[in-house]
This record gives sequence, C-alpha cells and structure tokens, in this order.
Amino acid sequence: MRHWNGYLRAGTILLAILTAAIVVGCFWTPYDPTAMSVGPAFDPPSLQHLLGTDRFGRDIFSRVLKGAGTTFAIAGATVAVGAVCGTAIGALTGYFGGVVDGVLMRLGDVLTAFPSILLALVIISILGPGNKYNVVIALGLVFIPSFARVTRTAFASLRDVNYVKSAQLMGASSLRILCVHILPNTLQVLLPAVTIGFNNAVLAEASMSFLGIGVTPPDASLGYMLSEAQSMLSAAPWYALGTGAAIVLLVFSVGLVGEGLQRRGGEVA
Amino acid sequence: MRYAAKRAITLLITMVAVSFLAFAAFDIISGDPATAMLGTEATPERVEALRAELGLDRPLLVRYGQWLAGFFTGDLGTSYSYGQPVWDLIAPKVGVTLVLSLMSFVLIAAVSVPLGIWAARWGGGPLSGARTVLGQLCMAVPPFFLGILLTYLFSLVLRWFVHGSFPGFGTDPVGTLRYLFFAALTLAIPRIAMTVRMLGSTIRSELGREYVRTAISRGNDRSGVLRHHVLKNALVPVVTFLAQTMAEIVAGSIVVEQVFAIPGLGRMLVASIADRDYPVVQAIVVILAFWVVLSGTLADLINTRIDPRLRLGGGA
Repeated sequence: MRHWNGYLRAGTILLAILTAAIVVGCFWTPYDPTAMSVGPAFDPPSLQHLLGTDRFGRDIFSRVLKGAGTTFAIAGATVAVGAVCGTAIGALTGYFGGVVDGVLMRLGDVLTAFPSILLALVIISILGPGNKYNVVIALGLVFIPSFARVTRTAFASLRDVNYVKSAQLMGASSLRILCVHILPNTLQVLLPAVTIGFNNAVLAEASMSFLGIGVTPPDASLGYMLSEAQSMLSAAPWYALGTGAAIVLLVFSVGLVGEGLQRRGGEVA
Repeated sequence: MRYAAKRAITLLITMVAVSFLAFAAFDIISGDPATAMLGTEATPERVEALRAELGLDRPLLVRYGQWLAGFFTGDLGTSYSYGQPVWDLIAPKVGVTLVLSLMSFVLIAAVSVPLGIWAARWGGGPLSGARTVLGQLCMAVPPFFLGILLTYLFSLVLRWFVHGSFPGFGTDPVGTLRYLFFAALTLAIPRIAMTVRMLGSTIRSELGREYVRTAISRGNDRSGVLRHHVLKNALVPVVTFLAQTMAEIVAGSIVVEQVFAIPGLGRMLVASIADRDYPVVQAIVVILAFWVVLSGTLADLINTRIDPRLRLGGGA
C-alpha cells in the first residue's frame, strides 16, 4: 500500500493544506465572518483583507474559511451516509445474490440514469428546502446507488475466491466473512469511489445552496455565498472569484487524490 | 426492428414507473394542500369542500390515472401559488429550456469529436500528464461558477450581452439565441473536456488492436484507417456518453438558468420548490425525467445501429 505517485502526492499535500485551513477556520478567523463594517465596503484585496470586503464591509476571506467548513462538513456527512448504506447494500446483494439483488440493481440502474441534482431536488422538495440536515439526507440518499453498484461488483467477484471458501469451511459467519475477509480487499475500488462521491457532494451542495434551497443563512456555505457574490459581481468581482476558487481548489485536490488512488489500484492489480 | 420494439416497451414501463413515483411521492408526503391553502383555522366543511374541488378525496390510483391523462392533454392541474393552470405557466418555458439544451448539445458534439480525434493523434508523450491535470481542473469548476466567470467576461468586460435582460423569442429571436449561447457555452465546456478525454483514450486503445495493424499492413494510410475503421468502433461509447450528457445538460440547465436569469423550466422548478407549489414541481420533474429517459433510449437505438452486436445483449 505504499505506492505513491505524483497525483496522489500533490493531491494529498494540497488537501492537507486546505483541511488545515478549514479546521483553523472553525475556531479562528481573521475577522468575525458575519460582522459588518470591519472594513470599508467593496474594498479590493489587500493585506488587511486578503480577499477584500463585500457590500456590507464584511471580510470575505473569513467568510470563505467559514463557508468552506460548512461545505466540507456537509459533503463529508453526505458521503458517509451514501458510502455506509451503499456498501452495506452492495455487500449483501453482491455476496448473497438472488432475487433481491436483481431487483435492487435494476432500481439502481434506473436511479443512476437520472442526474443526481434532479433527484436531490425532488427529495429536498419533499423533505422541505432550506435545512442543512435535509440537504445531507437528500444527497446521501442520492449517492447510495452508485456506492452500492461499485461495492456489489467487488463483493461478487470475491465471493468465490479461495480464502473466502476456506473461511466458509472453517465455519466463519457470513458477517465475519463480509467484514473481516472481503471488505478490506474492496478498499481499492471503494476509496476512489469515495473521493469521486465527495466531489460530487461538494458540487451538489454548492449547487443547491446557490439555488437558495440548500443551506440558508445563518449557516453560510460556499454555494450560498456565490449567489450573494453574483449580485455584487460588478462592484466586487473578488468576492465571486475568491469563493469560486475555494470550491475549485477543494474539488481539484480531492480529484487529484482520487486519480492517484485509481492509478495506484491499476498498478497493484 | 424487434429490438426497437423491445426498447420502446421498456421505455414505456420506465416512464409509467417514473411518473407514478413522482406523483405518489409528492402526493403522500406533501401533506394536505387544502389545509395548507386555507390555513389551520379553516372550518372542516370548507376544507372538505376544497378537497372535493381539488379532487383530493378520491383514491391515489384514480387520481394518478386522471393526472396522467391530463398530462397528455395539457391539463396538469392548477398551481397553488399562482392559481393558474400549470400548463399555461410551463408552456412558454419548455421551449426556452429545449433550445438551451439542444444548443449546448450541438456545441459539445461539434467541438469535442474533432478535438478528441486530434487529441488521440497527438496523444501520449509528456503532455498527457498536463492534460490529465487540465481535465481535472475543468471538471472541478462548478457550472454556476463557470457561468459567473463567463458573465463577468462577456457581460461586464466585453459587453457582448446584458446580463438579466432576457429578450424572449417573441420580441427578439436573434437576441434571445445570442443570450442563450453564453448559457449553452457554460453547460458545454466541462462536458467537452470530458468527451475529448474519453474519445482520445478509446481511439488510442482501438489503434492498438490487430485489425488496425492488418489494415495498415495492407497498405492503407493511417488517416483512412482512422476514419473508416477505428472511428466506427470508438464512437459507440462516445454516443452513450453523449446521451448521458443530454441528461446532465438538463440537470445543469437548472443551475445555469439561475445564473443567467433565463426564464426556463429549471428556474421555475426551483422557485416552485421554494414555494412548495407541488403541482408545478410534479409536472416539471416528470417532463425533465421523460426527457432524460427518452434521450437514453435514443442513444441505445443509435448505438445498435453503429454496433449490431449490442442487439444480442452481449457487450462489445
């Protein structure tokens, strides 16, 4: 497991820096992100205000740090919901097969044919818009089929290998075989899927908040801030640029890690 | 022909399933619109009367049947928040979204196929790493941010269009098309990056096959082999991908319409979700879903035209 490559190294370093900044941002920001008039309105980027200020004289760098934290947390929670449920479903259907497997996979095929944002919008409109927990539930549900499909393939291919058969002969329970014997060997496909899922979650959350039906104030996420920034685009273009760049950097670094993991998987296999 | 018929039946079943799910989901969970419309202090008689008027007192399957029949005759019920027939609200928006999607689809196909072929010819080498990074970067830019960037460039710096002043097809068709072009470009750019990358790698792997070596050793020149033999095989996954792209464009248009303030279906959908205007949400979701399913089926049919092996159910 020590095969590093350029993508993985660059991605991990970038992601580590971003994560550190986000963690710091949870406890300390240069200015209070919601305080108005900490500087003059529409102040371009300077040493006092790294990303300038907005119409209300709020410090944009502090807001981006805080917003990135919200986005990061929601994307993480979403992927956790999707990956845990999806892996459980994929493991059971892949290992046992049968009618349930066929039906669930068909359903998954139909669901994955639809754009995730459309599904998420349907679910969010049923659950009620403008609540961060509903965003996590909606996106988590949407991501379950893709995780289930990936893990199902992995579990189904490992069902008949010798070490699983010998574990069965030794009388190990199905649960033990699934968790102890097969699961660690599926990480190679699961980890890249998690990185892709995380990126999709970041983008989906940002889209929904941008549309005003995801995270709403007082919680600020990067998506909502971008919609705010769009309304002051001509007076403070640095607001949109700073916020957008934060999303791009986050997704880009996770994408690099994913690319690296995938290539490493290719080398090992 | 038998394959086409089979696909048509699958399509029909999927559409019925999707529309029923959409109908039932909003119907069961959205609660009672009659109480919502009248407020909690309404008398039970008034609620009962309104329920009867809205047709909410009949069983679910009956209402689904009526709704579906209405869907094809243009009667989609009445909007809660506007009090107008849903179809009258939606009809002018369908055309806008349709034109936007088709425009960006044409843009993607017209740019990415030649570019992908070019990328495959000059593929490999020291630039391939840089291209991977560039591709990742293109995919990392969310559509709404790209839209904002393009707005900034074309509307505020170059002044090629005025953001927020959508002319409408009735008053100024050319100006409308020009306005839509920038939104279509926003939708197209990330997809172009993905398609080029994908087409490049499929062509490269096809070029290593034995039939290519045979064709070249028989004296054909490389570009002839590429055009007549390789492209036919390499295009199959690309057509599938482009069909998925159609679905992605539909989804992306929801966000991009918001960025460019285009009065299309997506913008209406978002507004209706915020207002909890369920008849409108229902109708738009089903229309968009039909759109997605239909383009998927179309891609399948085109694929089997290109590659008859797929008709037998085995993969290539």
